[in-house]
Amino acid sequence: MTTDPSQVQLTADGRLKHFLTTEGLSRELLTEILDTADSFISTQERDVKKVPLLRGKTVVNLFFENSTRTRSTFELAAKRLSADILNLDIAKSATAKGETLMDTLWNLEAMYSDMFVVRHADSGAAHFIAEHVTPNVAIINAGDGRHAHPTQAMLDMLTIRRHQGSIEGKIVAIVGDILHSRVARSQIHALRTLGAAEIRVIGPGTLLPRDIEALGCKAYYRMEDGLKDCDVIIMLRLQKERMQNALLPSEGEFFKLYGLTEEKLTYAKPDAIVMHPGPINRGVEIESNVADGPQSVILNQVSYGIAVRMAVMAMAMSGQQQERNELAEQNSEQSDVHNNEPGQEEA
Amino acid sequence: MRYLHIENARLIDPSQNLDQVTDVYVAEGRIHAIGHKPASGGIEHSIDASGLLLVPGLIDLGAHLAEPGFTHKGSIASETRAACASGFTHVCALPDTKPVADSPAVIQLIQEKAAKAGFAKVLPLGALTQGLAGEQLASMFSLREAGCVALSNARAPFKDSYVLRRVMEYAATYDIPVFLNPDDAALSDGGCMHEGPTATRLGLTGIPQTAETIALAQMLLLVEQTGVRAHISQISCARSVRMLAQAREQGIRVSADTPLANLIYTDEAVTGYNSQFNVQPPLRSESDRQALLAAVNAGELAISSNHRPHEVAAKKAPFADAEPGMSIFDGFLPLALQLVERGELELSAFIRATSALPAQVLGQNQSLSEGNWFNAVLINPDAEQSFRRSTLLSKGRNSPVAGKTLKGAVNAVFIDGRKVFG
Repeated sequence: MTTDPSQVQLTADGRLKHFLTTEGLSRELLTEILDTADSFISTQERDVKKVPLLRGKTVVNLFFENSTRTRSTFELAAKRLSADILNLDIAKSATAKGETLMDTLWNLEAMYSDMFVVRHADSGAAHFIAEHVTPNVAIINAGDGRHAHPTQAMLDMLTIRRHQGSIEGKIVAIVGDILHSRVARSQIHALRTLGAAEIRVIGPGTLLPRDIEALGCKAYYRMEDGLKDCDVIIMLRLQKERMQNALLPSEGEFFKLYGLTEEKLTYAKPDAIVMHPGPINRGVEIESNVADGPQSVILNQVSYGIAVRMAVMAMAMSGQQQERNELAEQNSEQSDVHNNEPGQEEA
Repeated sequence: MRYLHIENARLIDPSQNLDQVTDVYVAEGRIHAIGHKPASGGIEHSIDASGLLLVPGLIDLGAHLAEPGFTHKGSIASETRAACASGFTHVCALPDTKPVADSPAVIQLIQEKAAKAGFAKVLPLGALTQGLAGEQLASMFSLREAGCVALSNARAPFKDSYVLRRVMEYAATYDIPVFLNPDDAALSDGGCMHEGPTATRLGLTGIPQTAETIALAQMLLLVEQTGVRAHISQISCARSVRMLAQAREQGIRVSADTPLANLIYTDEAVTGYNSQFNVQPPLRSESDRQALLAAVNAGELAISSNHRPHEVAAKKAPFADAEPGMSIFDGFLPLALQLVERGELELSAFIRATSALPAQVLGQNQSLSEGNWFNAVLINPDAEQSFRRSTLLSKGRNSPVAGKTLKGAVNAVFIDGRKVFG
């Protein structure tokens, strides 16, 4: 039976064994991720940055979509946890030879991999792998289609917590291409769970998905209204192909309406922080003075990214290991008993 | 004359407002008497039908039988047998086979395979355009001569409204019925589920209701202009129901059906990325489902199967990459009876929507009255069926009932008086 994505990622006692989405995770668990990441930030500032939590484990970076930055931070995170890491550029190798997604994954599983970091263009891909392909390998979602990018969202939460003290009670605006943004969706779920006072999305009607307010946010079309009294402004990257798909007339008009300038920044609270998941299009969604200005925490986000990825990798590996141990115990207990019951069929 | 005697059946035939426990006498394929024993002749065989329903054989207005071309998914034999398991005596086969059913040779092949299998009768739907490409007219007249009951482009788009107009004009010339699936390809392009809150949450590309309603509006206007005998296949939206009612008020002669899945499930079923629920037309909102149910209960809307079998691998992919469709023949009857039990669907409305209404669309008479061919099904409404993936009759492994136990089973299916199943 296919289940709720949020439940697939948990062990029976509610610990993380995959990390697929921020949706449906408890406040305690999200806070545990942030606290763990906080503790890793201090180890990152030392001369010897490695900790032995994933020693002997094999992590495979499976990027079906290119992303140098995200892949690099996952690679660094795995290395600092002392894991062995393999980078696979699937976009150019296996699938080009006609190998199916499942065959690729089963081959890697057969090489005794312990964790897959997966980026895929299809929404639900990480969930599909965790549920149907290799449930005994810890899956970390590094971005699936428009659905989720949970490690990015958690590093954003960590950034807000470290720079604004807490998430609770804060007004957060997410600006730009919400329609195509997995980051925005993951942020909205995490912000809600962690008690943000208000979550706003700002953009033109063509870039706000239908019924977005059902996720628990409020939609605005004008920056002046949407940024009013905000504590946090998160700008999203605008892809160039949006112009070709008749979603926007031009970069210039987008910048005029939604580009974050020093002037528009004054609509928010004076101590508001400015964030961006990167890479930035200077002069399209944000002007350089703001991106490099005193309220910008964009580079801090990048540093926290490694700590957050270390945290979820360590937590998921530990949950996965616990489940494997329990399974091994059960198997040894049942080794003498013939179990002839037919397996439950799924719909 | 020797009779088949069906004793003590609850005969339900909404086309005649019949619902009574009675006896039926069949000879030479036809119903000879209902209620009273014919004066002459003896009983050859008696069936005690106490506690069973006797209803007109179900007629499906649209199924994918996968043959020719996709026999790893299903065959005419396996799928028509699965259709019988839910009481279908007739199945309209959609033309999206490989090769496309756009020539008399393919139609003949389908008919031969169906006759050899001997289960539900296959009524071929020929293609409206060559190769279903939506550009050039198929040989419509020849296709009808070859035995097509109607012509359809399945869900393949027409190149533009010009082609659609000419298709309808040509079909109208020879009074060939056309089945049209309203779908504006530009609006549904890339979509894999209903555009709404669930699609937004899951990050899946939605198919807006306007993809259906805009295409429907265009079709209705051209039906009015050309006077073609048109049936609208597989609607999914509340708004479409209203548009069809308005069109009929204005005197446009048009019928329609909805897939059973759209009466049972909504877009929320997709939560969890269950690729089983990747279907076309997409499962829509609860208010759409309610409007479709109301139209069926009012006798305005037929129910089709939209049966589409797939092998396991076709569904083993991330949601948007999975092949659309549901193998529903095995579970069609018990799933519908579940709606009846929940009080959402009236039993008589279900029977009308799957027999009298489709028969009317096809210009047939499926009613259980004296002198008519005996196309009927005996149903045990209380029998429980446990469906297992390995024992499904359809070759398709994408069945919504696999692993479930449901009430309602077919006891026997009769086609032209001959028992073909049960």
